[in-house]
Amino acid sequence: MSTTVIESGEEASRENASLRDKPGTGNTPIVRYQGVTKSFGDVQVLKGIDLEMMPGEKVAVIGPSGSGKTTMGRMLMTLEEPTEGTIELDGELLWHMRVKDRLVRADEKHLHRMRGHVGMVFQHFNLFPHMNVLRNVTEAPRKVLGLSKEEAEERAVSMLGKVGLADKLKMYPSHLSGGQKQRVAIARALVMKPKVMVFDEVTSALDPELVGEVLEVIREIAEEGEMAMMLITHEMDFAKEIADRVIFGADGRIVEQGTPEEIFENPQSERLQSFLQRFRAQGI
Amino acid sequence: MPSSWIEFLPTLLKGAEITVIVALLSAVLAIVAAFIAGLGRLSKLWIVRTVMAVYVEVFRGTSLLVQLFWLYFALPFIGIELPKMAAAVLAIGLNFGAYGSEIVRSAILAVPKGQWEAAVALNMKPWQRMWNIILPQASLRMLPPFGNQLVELIKSTSLVYFITMADLTYQAMVLRNNYISWTTEILVLLLLMYFVMATLVSVGVKLLERKLTAGRL
Repeated sequence: MSTTVIESGEEASRENASLRDKPGTGNTPIVRYQGVTKSFGDVQVLKGIDLEMMPGEKVAVIGPSGSGKTTMGRMLMTLEEPTEGTIELDGELLWHMRVKDRLVRADEKHLHRMRGHVGMVFQHFNLFPHMNVLRNVTEAPRKVLGLSKEEAEERAVSMLGKVGLADKLKMYPSHLSGGQKQRVAIARALVMKPKVMVFDEVTSALDPELVGEVLEVIREIAEEGEMAMMLITHEMDFAKEIADRVIFGADGRIVEQGTPEEIFENPQSERLQSFLQRFRAQGI
Repeated sequence: MPSSWIEFLPTLLKGAEITVIVALLSAVLAIVAAFIAGLGRLSKLWIVRTVMAVYVEVFRGTSLLVQLFWLYFALPFIGIELPKMAAAVLAIGLNFGAYGSEIVRSAILAVPKGQWEAAVALNMKPWQRMWNIILPQASLRMLPPFGNQLVELIKSTSLVYFITMADLTYQAMVLRNNYISWTTEILVLLLLMYFVMATLVSVGVKLLERKLTAGRL
């Protein structure tokens, strides 16, 4: 790291390039953040994130609003560029390329190749309003993966069946409820078969009575197992039930992490204790 | 002397044909120019943005009639002689293209950021994001203002009279010179014919808009 143009902080340089295992050996993290920071203007929202996720691992990210959780997920989806530090995906740098021993910002071609491993479901669904449900789900498989119309539709219909919307293929998003929209969005991301999926507060914009149907779908996906999931969420019970590991972030840092039991039953830091207390007081 | 105003119609329709041709060709050029300039002004490359901004400001900041004179009367002095039709279409098309570029630009910027992000998340390439996701949504927003511009464009084709193209206005003026006592009838007909063309365009654009939004909203 001594020759990098990116300063990745002391902690990152301690774990050196020697730590980088070959992809596919089973113990390579699918995701690895090293000394990642992010500033928007003068405001530093992430102050040095080190995080690893193993293939198939379900990681819930909890924390107060403004703690940088969403930014963390958006970086993995290449929607936000790290200010400092590196992110690796399946053993390969996501935002950077190595040119003559220097790290330079990755070009669009590199990002395109890497991004194929990641999917994302957004808080506000972001369905394409000019396409019906089926088209929303087949568009990317056809245009990006190059599937034929038949293949793409077959895949889409089976995925939409899985999220319980097989009867809504020809509907436009504006005719769907929030819960249905979010389930379409989940199907749309799943058909691309990513290795990691970011769920960014996917129930926060939903009416309370529609939250359940979306969580149910995510639970089913989680049970299938092979896809790693980063669940940025305010649903504590859900995080507890689904996650292999829970990360508590506050003020741009990871304050505490551990199994759901450790985090929820035996929180160590004061910050997490008061956060959980506040949540319980609200009865959520 | 004519016995009825009906007798003016064949001459006026002959002029209207020229008007329609000029309007159609100019509209096609205007739309192409509007998209090139509108997209160009959103380019990552400053040189492209600058060139497009200069084009837009020059054509918006000067009068269409002067631009027309320039293309038809001034260019020959630097060795470029354009036929009347070419000068007319270029002047009107580029002028309206400059205004249209703002419509294109603002319609694209008005598409919610989440749409771009969803397209990125599905790993679409930059041109696919634009072509498959953003432009179809932006075009809908462009339709009403483009319809207004098209009506403006049709009306402004009357300026080609000043480079002596035999358009609708020109024919009406010739008729008026010959039959000065029928001036009122001739000018009423002239108004009506522009009005009919403009209304057809307005209605057409509205129908198109309705058709494109059917089922979606």
